[in-house]
Amino acid sequence: MILFWVLAVLLVGTAIFVVTQTKPVYSVVGLLFHFAFLAMLFITLNAEFLALIQIVVYTGAILVLFVFVIALLSSGVTPFDPGPDRMPRAVIPAGLLALAGLGLLVYDESRGSVARVASSPAAGGMVGQANAFGSVADFGKALFTTYLLPFEITAFVLMVAVIGVVILAGKETPYVPSRRQAALVEREMREAILRGGELE
Amino acid sequence: MNSALLPVSLMSYVGLSAVIFFIGVGGVLLRRNPLIILMSIELMWNSANLLFLAFARVWLNNAGHIFAFLVITVAAAEAAIGLAIVVVVFRRTHHVDVDDVRLLKG
Repeated sequence: MILFWVLAVLLVGTAIFVVTQTKPVYSVVGLLFHFAFLAMLFITLNAEFLALIQIVVYTGAILVLFVFVIALLSSGVTPFDPGPDRMPRAVIPAGLLALAGLGLLVYDESRGSVARVASSPAAGGMVGQANAFGSVADFGKALFTTYLLPFEITAFVLMVAVIGVVILAGKETPYVPSRRQAALVEREMREAILRGGELE
Repeated sequence: MNSALLPVSLMSYVGLSAVIFFIGVGGVLLRRNPLIILMSIELMWNSANLLFLAFARVWLNNAGHIFAFLVITVAAAEAAIGLAIVVVVFRRTHHVDVDDVRLLKG
Protein backbone atom coordinates (compact mmCIF):
# COMPACT_ATOMS: atom_id res chain seq x y z
CA MET A 1 0.00 0.00 0.00
CA ILE A 2 2.89 2.33 0.82
CA LEU A 3 4.40 1.22 -2.47
CA PHE A 4 1.29 2.37 -4.31
CA TRP A 5 1.26 5.84 -2.80
CA VAL A 6 5.00 6.37 -3.26
CA LEU A 7 4.69 5.27 -6.88
CA ALA A 8 1.62 7.47 -7.34
CA VAL A 9 3.49 10.53 -6.11
CA LEU A 10 6.49 9.69 -8.29
CA LEU A 11 4.26 9.10 -11.33
CA VAL A 12 2.44 12.39 -10.95
CA GLY A 13 5.72 14.21 -10.26
CA THR A 14 7.45 12.81 -13.31
CA ALA A 15 4.36 13.46 -15.46
CA ILE A 16 4.35 17.12 -14.41
CA PHE A 17 8.10 17.24 -15.05
CA VAL A 18 7.56 15.89 -18.59
CA VAL A 19 4.91 18.47 -19.41
CA THR A 20 6.68 21.50 -17.95
CA GLN A 21 10.20 21.18 -19.36
CA THR A 22 11.32 23.61 -22.02
CA LYS A 23 13.88 21.26 -23.53
CA PRO A 24 12.42 18.05 -24.96
CA VAL A 25 15.46 16.02 -23.91
CA TYR A 26 14.65 16.63 -20.25
CA SER A 27 11.08 15.58 -20.95
CA VAL A 28 12.37 12.33 -22.40
CA VAL A 29 14.35 11.68 -19.24
CA GLY A 30 11.26 12.41 -17.14
CA LEU A 31 9.23 10.07 -19.32
CA LEU A 32 11.86 7.38 -18.85
CA PHE A 33 11.41 7.54 -15.08
CA HIS A 34 7.64 7.71 -15.49
CA PHE A 35 7.60 4.50 -17.52
CA ALA A 36 9.93 2.74 -15.07
CA PHE A 37 7.68 3.62 -12.12
CA LEU A 38 4.64 2.59 -14.11
CA ALA A 39 6.24 -0.78 -14.80
CA MET A 40 6.70 -1.23 -11.04
CA LEU A 41 3.03 -0.45 -10.54
CA PHE A 42 2.14 -3.01 -13.22
CA ILE A 43 4.06 -5.67 -11.31
CA THR A 44 1.95 -5.00 -8.22
CA LEU A 45 -1.10 -5.53 -10.46
CA ASN A 46 0.10 -9.02 -11.46
CA ALA A 47 0.89 -7.89 -14.99
CA GLU A 48 4.46 -9.06 -15.17
CA PHE A 49 4.54 -9.54 -18.93
CA LEU A 50 3.15 -6.06 -19.53
CA ALA A 51 5.67 -4.59 -17.08
CA LEU A 52 8.47 -6.08 -19.17
CA ILE A 53 6.80 -4.94 -22.40
CA GLN A 54 6.46 -1.49 -20.90
CA ILE A 55 10.20 -1.30 -20.30
CA VAL A 56 11.20 -2.92 -23.59
CA VAL A 57 8.80 -1.15 -25.95
CA TYR A 58 8.54 2.24 -24.33
CA THR A 59 11.97 2.90 -22.91
CA GLY A 60 13.73 0.67 -25.41
CA ALA A 61 11.99 1.69 -28.61
CA ILE A 62 9.76 4.73 -28.32
CA LEU A 63 12.01 6.87 -26.14
CA VAL A 64 15.01 6.01 -28.29
CA LEU A 65 12.95 7.15 -31.27
CA PHE A 66 12.21 10.42 -29.47
CA VAL A 67 15.86 10.97 -28.61
CA PHE A 68 16.78 10.15 -32.19
CA VAL A 69 14.35 12.72 -33.59
CA ILE A 70 15.49 15.33 -31.09
CA ALA A 71 19.09 14.69 -32.12
CA LEU A 72 18.11 14.88 -35.79
CA LEU A 73 16.20 18.13 -35.37
CA SER A 74 18.84 19.87 -33.28
CA SER A 75 21.80 18.83 -35.41
CA GLY A 76 23.25 21.69 -37.39
CA VAL A 77 20.53 24.14 -36.37
CA THR A 78 21.48 25.31 -32.93
CA PRO A 79 24.91 24.55 -31.53
CA PHE A 80 24.71 22.11 -28.67
CA ASP A 81 25.21 23.96 -25.43
CA PRO A 82 25.59 21.74 -22.39
CA GLY A 83 25.49 24.75 -20.09
CA PRO A 84 27.86 25.56 -17.28
CA ASP A 85 28.59 22.38 -15.38
CA ARG A 86 25.03 21.16 -15.41
CA MET A 87 25.73 17.46 -15.45
CA PRO A 88 27.15 16.86 -11.93
CA ARG A 89 24.23 18.70 -10.36
CA ALA A 90 21.66 16.70 -12.31
CA VAL A 91 23.33 13.35 -11.80
CA ILE A 92 23.13 13.27 -8.02
CA PRO A 93 19.34 13.73 -7.58
CA ALA A 94 18.63 11.49 -10.56
CA GLY A 95 20.83 8.73 -9.20
CA LEU A 96 19.37 9.08 -5.71
CA LEU A 97 15.86 8.90 -7.14
CA ALA A 98 16.61 5.77 -9.12
CA LEU A 99 18.34 4.19 -6.14
CA ALA A 100 15.44 5.05 -3.85
CA GLY A 101 12.94 3.54 -6.25
CA LEU A 102 14.96 0.38 -6.64
CA GLY A 103 15.58 0.11 -2.89
CA LEU A 104 11.92 0.56 -2.20
CA LEU A 105 11.02 -2.19 -4.63
CA VAL A 106 13.59 -4.57 -3.17
CA TYR A 107 12.52 -3.74 0.39
CA ASP A 108 8.88 -4.24 -0.40
CA GLU A 109 9.60 -7.47 -2.25
CA SER A 110 11.64 -8.78 0.68
CA ARG A 111 8.73 -8.10 3.00
CA GLY A 112 6.63 -10.09 0.59
CA SER A 113 3.95 -7.49 0.02
CA VAL A 114 3.96 -7.86 -3.76
CA ALA A 115 3.72 -11.61 -3.42
CA ARG A 116 1.07 -11.29 -0.74
CA VAL A 117 -1.10 -9.15 -2.96
CA ALA A 118 -0.66 -11.60 -5.79
CA SER A 119 -1.34 -14.69 -3.74
CA SER A 120 -4.56 -13.47 -2.21
CA PRO A 121 -7.56 -15.78 -2.60
CA ALA A 122 -8.70 -16.76 -6.07
CA ALA A 123 -5.69 -15.07 -7.64
CA GLY A 124 -4.06 -18.39 -8.30
CA GLY A 125 -0.45 -17.99 -7.33
CA MET A 126 2.27 -15.44 -6.86
CA VAL A 127 3.95 -13.05 -9.26
CA GLY A 128 6.68 -14.91 -11.05
CA GLN A 129 5.00 -18.27 -10.68
CA ALA A 130 4.07 -20.20 -13.81
CA ASN A 131 0.37 -20.35 -14.71
CA ALA A 132 -0.63 -17.70 -12.18
CA PHE A 133 -3.05 -14.97 -13.23
CA GLY A 134 -1.16 -12.49 -15.40
CA SER A 135 1.88 -14.69 -15.81
CA VAL A 136 3.55 -14.96 -19.19
CA ALA A 137 2.05 -18.40 -19.74
CA ASP A 138 -1.44 -17.21 -18.86
CA PHE A 139 -1.11 -14.13 -21.04
CA GLY A 140 0.34 -16.04 -23.97
CA LYS A 141 -2.38 -18.66 -23.85
CA ALA A 142 -5.07 -16.00 -23.95
CA LEU A 143 -3.30 -14.05 -26.67
CA PHE A 144 -2.90 -17.00 -29.02
CA THR A 145 -6.28 -18.65 -28.48
CA THR A 146 -9.12 -16.35 -27.50
CA TYR A 147 -7.59 -13.12 -28.79
CA LEU A 148 -5.78 -14.38 -31.88
CA LEU A 149 -7.66 -12.12 -34.30
CA PRO A 150 -6.84 -8.86 -32.44
CA PHE A 151 -3.23 -10.03 -32.33
CA GLU A 152 -3.19 -10.54 -36.10
CA ILE A 153 -4.77 -7.13 -36.60
CA THR A 154 -1.93 -5.70 -34.50
CA ALA A 155 0.50 -6.94 -37.12
CA PHE A 156 -1.55 -5.16 -39.78
CA VAL A 157 -1.54 -1.93 -37.75
CA LEU A 158 2.23 -2.09 -37.40
CA MET A 159 2.62 -2.71 -41.13
CA VAL A 160 0.44 0.31 -41.91
CA ALA A 161 2.56 2.38 -39.51
CA VAL A 162 5.80 1.28 -41.17
CA ILE A 163 4.47 2.06 -44.64
CA GLY A 164 3.14 5.40 -43.44
CA VAL A 165 6.46 6.38 -41.91
CA VAL A 166 8.35 5.39 -45.04
CA ILE A 167 5.95 7.36 -47.26
CA LEU A 168 6.08 10.40 -44.98
CA ALA A 169 9.74 10.62 -44.07
CA GLY A 170 11.53 8.63 -46.73
CA LYS A 171 10.97 10.88 -49.72
CA GLU A 172 14.61 11.42 -50.50
CA THR A 173 15.93 8.03 -51.51
CA PRO A 174 19.68 8.46 -51.70
CA TYR A 175 20.48 5.70 -54.17
CA VAL A 176 18.32 4.76 -57.15
CA PRO A 177 20.11 2.42 -59.58
CA SER A 178 19.58 3.27 -63.22
CA ARG A 179 17.57 0.92 -65.39
CA ARG A 180 20.67 -0.06 -67.37
CA GLN A 181 22.59 -0.99 -64.25
CA ALA A 182 19.65 -2.98 -62.90
CA ALA A 183 19.47 -4.90 -66.19
CA LEU A 184 23.19 -5.61 -65.99
CA VAL A 185 22.90 -6.98 -62.46
CA GLU A 186 19.89 -9.07 -63.47
CA ARG A 187 21.77 -10.60 -66.42
CA GLU A 188 24.73 -11.45 -64.23
CA MET A 189 22.48 -13.11 -61.68
CA ARG A 190 20.70 -15.13 -64.35
CA GLU A 191 23.99 -16.33 -65.81
CA ALA A 192 25.22 -17.21 -62.36
CA ILE A 193 22.10 -19.28 -61.69
CA LEU A 194 22.55 -21.09 -65.01
CA ARG A 195 26.16 -21.83 -64.10
CA GLY A 196 25.05 -23.41 -60.86
CA GLY A 197 24.78 -20.59 -58.39
CA GLU A 198 28.30 -19.22 -58.40
CA LEU A 199 28.90 -15.52 -58.82
CA GLU A 200 32.29 -14.73 -60.30
CA MET B 1 -15.90 -7.84 -8.37
CA ASN B 2 -13.40 -8.40 -5.63
CA SER B 3 -11.58 -5.32 -4.38
CA ALA B 4 -9.70 -7.32 -1.76
CA LEU B 5 -7.28 -8.31 -4.52
CA LEU B 6 -5.83 -4.81 -4.71
CA PRO B 7 -3.41 -3.28 -2.20
CA VAL B 8 -5.48 -0.07 -2.20
CA SER B 9 -9.01 0.58 -3.33
CA LEU B 10 -9.87 0.56 -7.00
CA MET B 11 -10.82 4.21 -6.79
CA SER B 12 -7.22 5.09 -5.98
CA TYR B 13 -6.14 3.58 -9.28
CA VAL B 14 -8.92 5.40 -11.10
CA GLY B 15 -7.91 8.67 -9.44
CA LEU B 16 -4.22 8.23 -10.23
CA SER B 17 -5.06 7.38 -13.81
CA ALA B 18 -7.31 10.43 -14.13
CA VAL B 19 -4.63 12.73 -12.67
CA ILE B 20 -1.98 11.46 -15.10
CA PHE B 21 -4.45 11.63 -17.98
CA PHE B 22 -5.28 15.26 -17.30
CA ILE B 23 -1.62 16.17 -16.92
CA GLY B 24 -1.27 14.73 -20.43
CA VAL B 25 -4.30 16.69 -21.65
CA GLY B 26 -2.78 19.86 -20.21
CA GLY B 27 0.47 19.12 -22.01
CA VAL B 28 -1.31 18.65 -25.33
CA LEU B 29 -3.37 21.81 -24.96
CA LEU B 30 -0.79 24.16 -23.49
CA ARG B 31 2.52 23.22 -25.06
CA ARG B 32 3.55 24.20 -28.56
CA ASN B 33 6.53 21.89 -29.06
CA PRO B 34 5.21 18.90 -31.02
CA LEU B 35 7.68 16.54 -29.35
CA ILE B 36 6.33 17.39 -25.91
CA ILE B 37 2.78 17.08 -27.24
CA LEU B 38 3.60 13.55 -28.44
CA MET B 39 5.08 12.71 -25.04
CA SER B 40 1.91 13.99 -23.36
CA ILE B 41 -0.09 11.70 -25.61
CA GLU B 42 2.11 8.83 -24.41
CA LEU B 43 1.25 9.79 -20.83
CA MET B 44 -2.44 9.55 -21.68
CA TRP B 45 -2.04 6.12 -23.32
CA ASN B 46 -0.27 4.90 -20.23
CA SER B 47 -2.88 6.16 -17.81
CA ALA B 48 -5.46 4.24 -19.85
CA ASN B 49 -3.27 1.14 -19.63
CA LEU B 50 -3.07 1.50 -15.87
CA LEU B 51 -6.86 1.42 -15.70
CA PHE B 52 -7.08 -1.64 -17.93
CA LEU B 53 -4.65 -3.52 -15.71
CA ALA B 54 -6.29 -2.44 -12.46
CA PHE B 55 -9.71 -3.59 -13.66
CA ALA B 56 -8.25 -6.81 -15.07
CA ARG B 57 -6.80 -7.46 -11.63
CA VAL B 58 -10.07 -6.82 -9.85
CA TRP B 59 -12.11 -8.99 -12.17
CA LEU B 60 -9.35 -11.60 -12.65
CA ASN B 61 -9.91 -11.43 -16.38
CA ASN B 62 -6.93 -11.09 -18.63
CA ALA B 63 -8.83 -9.41 -21.45
CA GLY B 64 -7.53 -6.19 -19.87
CA HIS B 65 -3.97 -7.42 -20.30
CA ILE B 66 -4.60 -8.17 -23.96
CA PHE B 67 -6.14 -4.77 -24.50
CA ALA B 68 -3.25 -3.05 -22.77
CA PHE B 69 -0.91 -4.96 -25.07
CA LEU B 70 -2.83 -3.72 -28.11
CA VAL B 71 -2.77 -0.19 -26.71
CA ILE B 72 1.01 -0.36 -26.40
CA THR B 73 1.26 -1.51 -30.02
CA VAL B 74 -0.96 1.26 -31.29
CA ALA B 75 0.96 3.78 -29.16
CA ALA B 76 4.20 2.66 -30.75
CA ALA B 77 2.71 3.05 -34.23
CA GLU B 78 1.32 6.45 -33.30
CA ALA B 79 4.66 7.64 -31.93
CA ALA B 80 6.46 6.51 -35.08
CA ILE B 81 4.02 8.28 -37.42
CA GLY B 82 3.86 11.38 -35.22
CA LEU B 83 7.63 11.68 -35.16
CA ALA B 84 7.75 11.18 -38.93
CA ILE B 85 5.29 14.07 -39.32
CA VAL B 86 7.45 16.20 -37.00
CA VAL B 87 10.50 15.42 -39.13
CA VAL B 88 8.65 16.31 -42.35
CA VAL B 89 7.40 19.60 -40.90
CA PHE B 90 10.87 20.37 -39.64
CA ARG B 91 12.40 19.69 -43.05
CA ARG B 92 9.95 22.09 -44.62
CA THR B 93 10.18 24.95 -42.15
CA HIS B 94 13.41 24.27 -40.22
CA HIS B 95 11.59 25.13 -37.05
CA VAL B 96 9.14 23.22 -34.88
CA ASP B 97 6.12 24.97 -33.47
CA VAL B 98 2.60 23.61 -33.89
CA ASP B 99 1.17 27.12 -34.19
CA ASP B 100 3.09 27.52 -37.46
CA VAL B 101 1.52 24.44 -38.98
CA ARG B 102 -1.63 25.84 -40.51
CA LEU B 103 -1.82 24.40 -43.99
CA LEU B 104 -5.32 23.06 -43.35
CA LYS B 105 -6.58 26.28 -41.81
CA GLY B 106 -7.41 27.94 -45.13
